[in-house]
Parts: sequence; C-alpha cells; structure tokens
Amino acid sequence: MIELKSITKIYSNGDISTYALKGISFRIKDGEYVAIMGPSGSGKSTLMHILGCLDTPTSGQYFLDGKDVSSFSEEELADIRKEKIGFVFQAFNLLPRATVIRNVALPLTYAGVPKEKRFTIAEKAVVSAGLDEDHLHYYSNQLSGGQMQRVAIARALVNNPSILLADEPTGNLDTKTGEIVLDTFKRLNNEGRTIVLITHEPDVAMHAKRIIHIKDGGIISDESN
Amino acid sequence: MKAIDLLEETYWALTANKVRTFLTMLGIVIGIGSVIAMIAIGQGTQASIQASIQSAGSNLLYIVPGAQHGIGMQVSSGRGSARTLTQDDAAAIASQVPSVAAVAPQLALREQITAPGTNTNTQVIGTTPDYAGVRSVFLQEGSFLNANQLASRERVAVLGPTAESDLFATGTDPVGKAIKINQVDFRVIGVTVAKGGSGFNNPDDVVYVPLTTAQQYLAGDRYISQISVEAADAASMDAVQAGITNLLLQKHRISNPALADFSVYNQADIVATASTVTSTFTALLASIAGISLLVGGIGIMNMMLTTVTERTREIGLRKAVGAQRKDVIAQFLMEAVAITFSGGALGIVLGWLLTLALTLAAGITTQISLFSILLAFGVSAAIGILFGYYPARRASRLNPIEALRYE
Ligand SMILES: Nc1ncnc2c1ncn2[C@@H]1O[C@H](COP(=O)(O)OP(=O)(O)OP(=O)(O)O)[C@@H](O)[C@H]1O
Ligand SMILES: [Mg+2]
Repeated sequence: MIELKSITKIYSNGDISTYALKGISFRIKDGEYVAIMGPSGSGKSTLMHILGCLDTPTSGQYFLDGKDVSSFSEEELADIRKEKIGFVFQAFNLLPRATVIRNVALPLTYAGVPKEKRFTIAEKAVVSAGLDEDHLHYYSNQLSGGQMQRVAIARALVNNPSILLADEPTGNLDTKTGEIVLDTFKRLNNEGRTIVLITHEPDVAMHAKRIIHIKDGGIISDESN
Repeated sequence: MKAIDLLEETYWALTANKVRTFLTMLGIVIGIGSVIAMIAIGQGTQASIQASIQSAGSNLLYIVPGAQHGIGMQVSSGRGSARTLTQDDAAAIASQVPSVAAVAPQLALREQITAPGTNTNTQVIGTTPDYAGVRSVFLQEGSFLNANQLASRERVAVLGPTAESDLFATGTDPVGKAIKINQVDFRVIGVTVAKGGSGFNNPDDVVYVPLTTAQQYLAGDRYISQISVEAADAASMDAVQAGITNLLLQKHRISNPALADFSVYNQADIVATASTVTSTFTALLASIAGISLLVGGIGIMNMMLTTVTERTREIGLRKAVGAQRKDVIAQFLMEAVAITFSGGALGIVLGWLLTLALTLAAGITTQISLFSILLAFGVSAAIGILFGYYPARRASRLNPIEALRYE
C-alpha cells in the first residue's frame, strides 16, 4: 500500500527554485495497476523517483506498507529498493561495457543471490521482458533502443518486486513489442503485484485500471477505467 | 554483496579499460621496483664495505701519527704525514703492552713501479714479517717477507694481485722477476691472495717490501706511517688501546693526553663510521625512490578520482537497484587495492630483475632485504587504501537520482 500526503518537491539551483511537485496526495492499494499521464515537465518522473525511494520529497509524507519512508535512513531506503521495488528508468541506465545478462543480474548481486542462480533468474526475466535469448551475451551498447528498454524492464523484474514502477516503458517500442511488454505487466499485475507506469499514449494507459493525470506538479484528475 | 562478487566486479572494472589500468599500475611498478633496487644497492655497498674492513684482520688497532680530531676529520687533518712514530714505538708496544698478539709497523708510500715493458703507480708498504699475520695476508705464490730480509735490508717485494696483473702478463710467474720501485731494483718473492674490493683504497693494489729497505731506499728517514696491532682477543681491545696510549705518551714525553702526537683507532670505530656513511647513502637512495613511489600513488588517486567521476551514473544505478553505501565504497576501494597489490607484486619482480642486472652487468654489490620488500609493499598498500578510499567515499554519498543525472 502506497500513501502520499501532500508531497512537494522543490529543486533549487542557486536563486532559481523549480516547484516540480506541489502537494500531491493519493493512495495506491496493493495489486493496483495505475497509469500516470501528463504533459512533458509536469513532474511525472519526479513523482516516480519519490515512489521508488530513489529521491526524497522536500516536504510531505510517504507511507509504504504503513511505514513512513520519508523519515528512513539511506541504508533503509536501499533495502526497500532492493526488496520491494523494480524500477524502469526513462533513460534505461544500463551498465555500459557489460553484457545483457550481467545488467539484468545486477540487483541480485546486491541481494546476495549466488552466481549460478542469478543467471537462471536473469534469463527468465529477459524472456518475460520479451527479449530474445540470443541477446543475453550482447554488450548493452550493441543494442537498439527498444532492446535496451526490454533489458531495463528485465532488470526491474529480476528481484521479483511487489511494486513495479516504469517510466515510459513502451516509449521506444514498436506496437508489437509494446504489446509483449504490456502483456507481461498485466500478467505480473494478475499475480498480485502493484504496477505504476508513466505514459503519453492513451492506448497504453487503457491497459491500466486507474489513470492519474498531473499537470504543473498537481493532480488534475484521478479516475478508474 | 559477497566477497566473490566483489572480486568479479573488480575484475570487470579493471579489464574494461585495460590501458588505463596498466598505466596506473606502471607508476606503482616503477616506484616499488626502484625502492627495492635502490635499497639493495645501498645495503649491498654497506655489506661489502664492512666485509672489506673485516678482511683487514680481526681484533685490530691502528696507531697513526698526528693528533686525534675525531674520525670524521681524517682527511682534512693531514694525519699520517706527520712524523712522530718510529719503529722503536712499535717494538716497545710489542714488548711492554700486555695482551698484544702481534705488531706490524708500516710505512706507506706511493711509488712508480716498472717491470720490463710496463709500469704502474701504486701503494708501497714497508713492513715486517708479522704484517701477514696481523692483517690476514695470504700468499698464492712464493713467500712473504722474512726476518733476514728485514735485518739485511734486502730489496725484495711481495705483490698484491692487482699490482701483479698490472705489471706482468697473465700466465707469467712473477716470482724471481726483477722490478724497479722508484728506479731501485727489487726482486719479486711472492704474490698475495686477493682480498676483494675495488676503486679507491683497493687492498689488492699494493706492493710489500721490508720496512728497513723502504726507509733506506725509498723514504730516506726512520719514521713510519702506521702501526697495526693485533690484540689477543676482542675482550682485551680496550685495555690494549689504553696501554698503547699510555706507553706512547710516556715515550714521547707528553703529559697532557689532549696534546698526543698520535692517535689510536680500533676496528669497531672504523666499522661504525663506515656504516653511518653507507646508511646515509642508503637513505638518500631510498628517498629518491620514495618520491617515485609517491608519484605512483598520486597516479592511483588521480585514476580513482577520474573513474569515480566518469562512473557517477553507474554508481547511481547501482544504488538504485539496492547497493548500500558500503557496497559502493568496497567496490572502488577494491579496485584501488587490486591495482596497488598487483602493481606491488610486479614492482618486486622488477626490483629483483633490476638488482640482478646491476650485479651481472655493472658488478655492483647488491643485497635485497625483506625489509625493503615489506616497506615497498606496505607503502603501496597504504597508498591504494588511502587514495582509493577518499574518492570511493565521495561517490558513495551521492543520492541515486543526483548520480544518475550527472553528466
Ligand atoms: N534535478 C533537477 N534540477 C532542477 N530542476 C529539475 C530537476 N529535475 C527535474 N526538474 C524540473 O522539474 C520539472 C519536472 O520534471 P520531470 O522530469 O519530473 O518531468 P516529466 O513529467 O517526467 O517530463 P517528461 O514527460 O518530459 O519526462 C521540470 O520542470 C524539470 O525542469
Ligand atoms: Mg519524465
């Protein structure tokens, strides 16, 4: 269960302050499938980073499974990221000069999974993200944008998270591969996992059961599908 | 993160940019290699100087003319050229000072020596038969000076091996051959065994003649330049030194010991002086090498700072997928330590090869010590940990999103 209470995020660079989030409050129950939509620069990625415990809000409270995460220490946040959250970045953020399999298995290294087991789990994740097994030993900089995106998704799935957060996961995919990825999300959601994804495409948002629209750092609509 | 995974990550990171890893390592390899080689040269020199002092004989005391100004002033005081010691003094020491095993008076001169077709300028020592025992001189051919030759001022000479090879072609037996010392005819009666040593003060570049002969034909007076005294054993050295001093003060009618016209040294003093000189020399060499080690360490720090900056996004990503701050520190520290340790190991091999080459090619005495290896390794490990820790800690403190945004 995710609960946000008047979350704000202010970026200040010297004299200039950007109000990226202006008092966001909502709840997402376990097993929900939520799409976040909004124009560019409206604060979607900022919100997602806070949900993923990658960044901390300037003010407001974030309760994750009843615990106030906004007061957590850095170590505790790292543990939450490791155990509960899978994150697909808008910019993929793959390790350069590393193979697909090493990229996907990376979170398992920090979770202390032994090597052989890491690779079998990683292979499964690669397949469920819709990438050919032939690509397992490609270096991440030898992949197309769409392939990188699927590697990023596989990496988010690999530690079997209860919450999957995806920042424009289909942005670089053709309709067919996009469908494969969305089917994976649907399957994961049916297994009881919480899914939050950001998208610009109404077609993609239609897969979700609830759509939150934001603009200029505030929620303008929140309705179920 | 498990240790084995950490090692694997380190391997990947270091092999991802082989050239840079190699260049960074090179700084450490050269630094450690030169520290080891320099210390080996210094300690080798020290050992060979001490060996050559010891090869002069054991339980030795030296008496030279001139006042004692402290050992450090030997050269400037012009001692040895003063004319205060005579053969009488030597004879008195032998007969009156207890615990004296043997006494050898010496008159050292520098003379031009010629054999048919060759010539050399070398040290001529006029002495007595006891010299061979006192100064551990052994003969490879012929015999040393004897009492008859001394009494009758015979013109006979015993050659040191260097003087011999300078004067006679290899293979010729010099015993019985004629040479001229300062235009005076002498007959060669023996050749000594090499003592080893080289350069200035080579103990093998010498010609021994009877003391009386030297005084009559070469010096033209009755003075001597040094008396070597062998004490009965090491324990009686101090007593013998005091006995000689008292005896000579009395004989020379000097009441104030501070005004003595001679000085008595023992071998231990000379060894001590030589070791201060050589250890200063070793320290000098080591500090030059230490500077190159420091430069190597700065290279590591530089590389660590660059990689950390270059890989800030990677750090952000690792933290985003659950890496703790300590995992990030461990990873970068491990990289620095791996570079310094493998560089250290290669440096030890390089230092060893370098000393081997110096010994084989240039004939320099070297001595690799465990101390220098431990020192070099310790320093490189400290450099790796110190210079790796700072950038690693800095990197670990970034928040994942800030790190991922880093350009
Ligand atoms: N690190 C930062 N420093 C300063 N301003 C920032 C920073 N990150 C984001 N912003 C600002 O915050 C606002 C929201 O940015 P955010 O990345 O959340 O937008 P977004 O909705 O994800 O846009 P897009 O759809 O283009 O990805 C923007 O105005 C952006 O300029
Ligand atoms: Mg965005």
